[in-house]
Amino acid sequence: MKILVTVKRVADYNVKVYPKADGSDVEIANVKMSMNPFDEIAVEEAVRLKESGNATEIIAASIGVSQCQEVLRTALAMGADRAILVETGAAPEPLAVAKLLKALVEREQPDLVILGKQAIDGDCNQTGQMLAALLGWGQGAFASKLTLGEQETEVTREIDGGLETLILKLPAVVTADLRLNEPRYVKLPNIIKAKKKLLTTLSPGDLDTVLAAQLTTLKVAEPPKREAGIKVADAAELVAKLRNDVKVI
Amino acid sequence: MQRDSMTYDVVIVGAGPSGLAASIRLMQLAQEHQRELSVCVLEKGSEVGAHILSGAVMEPRALNELIPGWKAQGAPLHTPVQHDQFLFLTSQSSYRLPTPPQMHNDGNYVVSLGNFCRWLAQQAEALGVEIYPGFAAAEVLYDEAGTVTGVATGDMGVGRDGQPTTNYQPGMELHARYTLFAEGCRGSLTKTLFQRFGLREGADPQAYGIGIKELWEIEPEKHQPGLVVHTIGWPLDRHTYGGSFLYHLENRQVAVGFVIGLDYQNPYLSPFEEFQRFKTHPAIRPAFEGGRRIAYGARTLSEGGLQSIPKLTFPGGLLIGDTAGFLNVSKIKGIHTAMKSGMVAAESVFDALGAAEPVLEVNAYPGQLKQSWLWDELSQVRNIRPSFRWGLFGGILYSALDTYLLRGRAPWTLHHHEDHKALKPARAYTPIEYPKPDGKISFDKLSSVFISNTNHEENQPCHLTLRDPDVPVTVNLAEYAGPEQRYCPAGVYEFVEEGGPSRLQINAQNCVHCKTCDIKDPAQNIDWIVPEGGGGPNYPNM
Repeated sequence: MKILVTVKRVADYNVKVYPKADGSDVEIANVKMSMNPFDEIAVEEAVRLKESGNATEIIAASIGVSQCQEVLRTALAMGADRAILVETGAAPEPLAVAKLLKALVEREQPDLVILGKQAIDGDCNQTGQMLAALLGWGQGAFASKLTLGEQETEVTREIDGGLETLILKLPAVVTADLRLNEPRYVKLPNIIKAKKKLLTTLSPGDLDTVLAAQLTTLKVAEPPKREAGIKVADAAELVAKLRNDVKVI
Repeated sequence: MQRDSMTYDVVIVGAGPSGLAASIRLMQLAQEHQRELSVCVLEKGSEVGAHILSGAVMEPRALNELIPGWKAQGAPLHTPVQHDQFLFLTSQSSYRLPTPPQMHNDGNYVVSLGNFCRWLAQQAEALGVEIYPGFAAAEVLYDEAGTVTGVATGDMGVGRDGQPTTNYQPGMELHARYTLFAEGCRGSLTKTLFQRFGLREGADPQAYGIGIKELWEIEPEKHQPGLVVHTIGWPLDRHTYGGSFLYHLENRQVAVGFVIGLDYQNPYLSPFEEFQRFKTHPAIRPAFEGGRRIAYGARTLSEGGLQSIPKLTFPGGLLIGDTAGFLNVSKIKGIHTAMKSGMVAAESVFDALGAAEPVLEVNAYPGQLKQSWLWDELSQVRNIRPSFRWGLFGGILYSALDTYLLRGRAPWTLHHHEDHKALKPARAYTPIEYPKPDGKISFDKLSSVFISNTNHEENQPCHLTLRDPDVPVTVNLAEYAGPEQRYCPAGVYEFVEEGGPSRLQINAQNCVHCKTCDIKDPAQNIDWIVPEGGGGPNYPNM
């Protein structure tokens, strides 16, 4: 059984990003970048499936700038067997990513694709679902438990107010939620070994995919700062202020 | 549990300017002599540069020697210093002073040291150096004869109670012929080496300062790339050594910071609040109005100079950079000297590795260092910092005399005392009333620590260890009004009452790894040890 697992390079979760002065994007120059935490959970799940004998090969894939190689090396150090980078300019939109992943799936023929449920930069939560639709495969999004059989996989999903358990026919797409597992610490010797593992770089052209932007960013801005409150003497003053100053009643 | 091990020719602890310069020089020599050499650099920060904080105005002297083609190789030295200003502040006014000769910055650059280290790391890796960020050297390894044989990284996944969690990962042993300790000011392993090998015998105690820094993006019309301003005087009293820096970088950025000598006496003094107050001075405030603060951090620095340099070698290892203390405090610069010490150490180590007879202790290193420009430079300014024991005006007067008349060749050497002993009991002072932050120019500690991007895995043993758990309350709080609440720039130490007697609460997650507590604690009761690798601040552009 072959697993394709996807990883995105994002600003580290400890970093508080701020908008650029011109409002075109957030500032990430010289900011610590790392693997999207939900993707780390996805990689960990794939590695555990291999360690338990349920999977035979793990391919890690990333789409983006050439520095995405760093997060692929991390995935290899965690236990992926080989890696593929589809090199593009700035991070493409979810639909473009899904189309590139579909082409990769057709090329690699995995039985299962595991993605993070969303990336912590764009918070789109779209790629996994789009990929499943494009492939016509079953999807188990927001997985908190995954059991792999020969022909099918049982996925427990985190839904509003509870859990939902599905059985998906393989091949299938699963997206990882926070409680699926706790990713391991990478060992130093494994980082060294990961440097020697195969990392292939492809272009969108190699996958016969043309990237067309569907979205335009108008402006990136900080949320308005909350102003300090005031103290009122009594209920009458409060009502007067709400009525006359704020005009909400 | 048995730990895995790896063996290198040289292991370097710390990916700052000295450690990286040493690694590059070693590889250059190996290439010149066509010898195989394996060099590994460990870095406790999550990436190279994550824990690096400096002003910084950089003198490119050492870089010119190490990588003469640095410009073509894209070194991030983008902003040459254009203009120097030296101001004396009173609470309402400012006076231009003549810029002391050591503080002339012709030919120097305003840089982000973090970004410079990121670039140095790329150069080192291109030469074959292995750099591992996110792995903290937690323990020095010795053989039976007491020779240093390397370091071990800390265990990962140890719970708060000291017991392994499900994610437990034992540390790694990194063995090396020679280990270079490049931990920066007040290195935690260096501290154990001082003890074990008596390296500080015959040297003055190290004198330290704490530097607190913010990075701002200011309005374009106020921005003058290459402008360098230093101030002395207000808000510090004249018994406290310190001053501010204000450097205009590229992209509308301004680095502003405050350095205070840790030999300050008043336990009510808060370096953080002094810095916040400084920014509200009528001569300073306008530059920041309409701007926004984008980063915050703090780090101590070694100010002792020549007379505080310890013995630099011991069997199997060497000290380089600010963990030994090569900063030139009258220039307020230490990057070029840190790099130079690393480069000289690399040359001595390379010779030792190729010697016919095994060399246990690289004694050539201190000798080579004394032959270099670094020693001359530090020797000339050795009396400046200690002269400030006579207060601000005494210090300025003496420094002028020493610089202009004696030209650094005074036949005497002034000495340093231990910083923690300088603190006086609180009863001699009244608490300092600091102004409330306005949230625009001045800020509180917590919103500041927030933008240092610091974090530590919550479930791990506290890395700020107390030798005696009672001392914070019985000594520090009773005698000194709990100075750790004020000198810590990250709000790690809090005395809480919660209806009962006071106790010290340590918010170790906030720690920005500045090491002030390890230095200034009056009873020397705090030992700062490395937390789990990758923890601590994530400074961008600092």
